[in-house]
Amino acid sequence: MRNYEVTFIVDPVLSGEEIKSTAQTYEDQISQSGAKIVHVEEMGLRQLAYPIKKRHSGVYFCIEFAGESVSIIDALELAMRRDERIMRFLVISLDKYGVQYNQDKRDGKVGNRKKAADAAAAAQKEEEEKEA
Amino acid sequence: MASRDDIKFLSNPKIGQNRSKYCRFRKFGIKHIDYKDAEFLKQFVNEQGKILPRRITGNSLKYQRKVSTAIKRARHLAILPYVTDLLK
Repeated sequence: MRNYEVTFIVDPVLSGEEIKSTAQTYEDQISQSGAKIVHVEEMGLRQLAYPIKKRHSGVYFCIEFAGESVSIIDALELAMRRDERIMRFLVISLDKYGVQYNQDKRDGKVGNRKKAADAAAAAQKEEEEKEA
Repeated sequence: MASRDDIKFLSNPKIGQNRSKYCRFRKFGIKHIDYKDAEFLKQFVNEQGKILPRRITGNSLKYQRKVSTAIKRARHLAILPYVTDLLK
């Protein structure tokens, strides 16, 4: 079972439902071809670092899935290339560390030390205020 | 003639020498570098968006290559720019 991750950017000028349906099409295509979807993440509307096809922002999606045969990837890439609503895509095969990293990220273990320190400081402040 | 012990400097010339460079991935046990994390990758890139050399960042060869591919993937997905002037 190989783990893959596909990140793609959807054109932002489409309506909200069209954007969701675009992502849904690929999710369905992946699950229909026999792969198991691990996680779908919508990273939302983001500014692009450089304009692509004259657009300055895009909606990012990231789908992580696990599959057996390699032909799903070819079919997926072909469909994305033909689709005009997708501006860029990138399919990556994840090694075991990548899989572990994604799992930890979903569980919240990959927080920054700064965030943890802020949370600890905030929690401490609350305790002091309660006592006072 | 003043001997070595008598020569004193206002600031010790040995002062910067003991700080050794280490690979932060080896030291903290980080195994995977996420290409989607722009803030993390910006540490390895200069103000023009160019990838910093290994002698500056202190990375080991294995992790410098991983960082490099992560940055190139991020550039492909417009998470980082290829070339710019005001990255930091």
